[in-house]
Amino acid sequence: MKIENLLNELFPMGHAVKNVQNILTGFGSTGKGKIAVLGTTDHLAIGVETALTLADFVLMVIKNSPGQPILMLVDTQGQRLSKKDELLGINGYLAHLAKCLQLARQRGHQLITLIYSEAVSGGFLAFGMMADEIHTLAEARVRVMNLPAMARITKLPLEQLQELSVTSPSFAPGIENFIKLGGVQTVWQAPLAEQLVKVIGLEVGDDHRRHSGFMREGRKLAYPIAQRVKEG
Amino acid sequence: MSDLSGIRRGHSYYEATARDRISKLLDSNSFQELIGPAERIASPHLEPLGQPCSFNDGIIIGTGNLNGLPVLIASQEGGFMGGSVGEVHGAKLTGLLERAVDEKPAAVLLLLESGGVRLHEANAGLIAISEVIRALLTTRKSGIPVLGLIGGAYGCFGGMGIVARCCDALIINEEGRLGLSGPDVIETTMGVEEFDSTDRALVWRTVGGKHRYLLGEVQCLVEDDIEAFRAAAIEIIDKVQPLSLESLEQENLVLSQRLANYGHSQDGAEIWGAMGIADPQKLPLMDIPSFLKAVEGKVQGNL
Repeated sequence: MKIENLLNELFPMGHAVKNVQNILTGFGSTGKGKIAVLGTTDHLAIGVETALTLADFVLMVIKNSPGQPILMLVDTQGQRLSKKDELLGINGYLAHLAKCLQLARQRGHQLITLIYSEAVSGGFLAFGMMADEIHTLAEARVRVMNLPAMARITKLPLEQLQELSVTSPSFAPGIENFIKLGGVQTVWQAPLAEQLVKVIGLEVGDDHRRHSGFMREGRKLAYPIAQRVKEG
Repeated sequence: MSDLSGIRRGHSYYEATARDRISKLLDSNSFQELIGPAERIASPHLEPLGQPCSFNDGIIIGTGNLNGLPVLIASQEGGFMGGSVGEVHGAKLTGLLERAVDEKPAAVLLLLESGGVRLHEANAGLIAISEVIRALLTTRKSGIPVLGLIGGAYGCFGGMGIVARCCDALIINEEGRLGLSGPDVIETTMGVEEFDSTDRALVWRTVGGKHRYLLGEVQCLVEDDIEAFRAAAIEIIDKVQPLSLESLEQENLVLSQRLANYGHSQDGAEIWGAMGIADPQKLPLMDIPSFLKAVEGKVQGNL
């Protein structure tokens, strides 16, 4: 879905979200009040300046709009692969973004993510995956890496990976798999404004993902093992 | 025959196994493993792919003492699938960080050696690292410092490179590498013109311990000796950096200035020169004491 259409569907009451070089920042009006909006468009590869701009905005929301919910709109092909980004320490820029989002959560901002196009690996990890509520559109794509690249790097035959991807949710790309594993909660159907209002204000608890993954039988070991280490 | 006795004293961190690092880092005989290999808990995702598995899934976790203080510790084994994070590996780490909130040790020590997500169970691994990040930041919020140690052959990359920079403080040796996308991944995807991963000097100037220290991303640069890592950990264990609006605004400023000052630089040596260090091209060849002396007062935005 085009970002302009998405914003109109999410915010029929209006919004003031700017798109500057494929980075979204601003605010939307909902039936439950104003919500801060940030994200990326056109499968943007997240570089150091992207992470910094998004982090800047989160800090501004924390300072100027205490407790306001934050909506992250995800469309990224992952982190930008370049020597220059590595030279500047891009992992630290992404960690900074994750820390700013965590601070927002600690100060009472509910974090909501909508994957509306692509969510890939590092750019998703330090951004959309930090949310308490993670939802997608049906046409969205979530992955770490596509199967041909995975076959090349793991040196496993592509046919074998394709065969196993039917039965194992743990490595093949796809929304259904991420739902089974507890990484994504639901697929949003139109009208999107209603879906958004439904999750705004839900209680924010601990990280529930490994429990969801266990209940959905996608990740059978993560929950019992983490609990044993935690409590044992 | 030449005398090699003076070349390396102590025990190389770079060459040690994950288990050796723990036993030499902590007070002797203080380590107690949680979910050890005797329980035979391995990744369920490797066998269907015909891959060997390990009964610790590439990470050893437990409790122990550092200089008499109780700590929790995790050590990734680069020798098993590059220390990569799968479902079980990640759950052990998340559980350990959450345990710290209840147990209140003096610190959590993370001996990081990992290429990031294990591709054989990529989705589970990605979610697992996300859980580690949340657990780590929650542990910090409860006032328990999380220290990262980096210095193994596989470096610290991918999602674990982000995890590292979420820690309170990092200790690294010269051989240690810290980044997001490994040089080989960049070369494979973007071409050898972007990053020649076989040029070892270039790799170290870009992601190596000295460069990370100069940028202020790691707090201690030490010799490749487990005892040196131990001494540094003892020294910084109580220098906690609380996560607050003020500290993150400060970090924001440091990162903005770095981008403004060095955003157009093509090479580590170019950045070091711009930092005002004389003869920057000589830095890679210096031993640690000479290096620390040469760069004194030039380190960016440190603790």
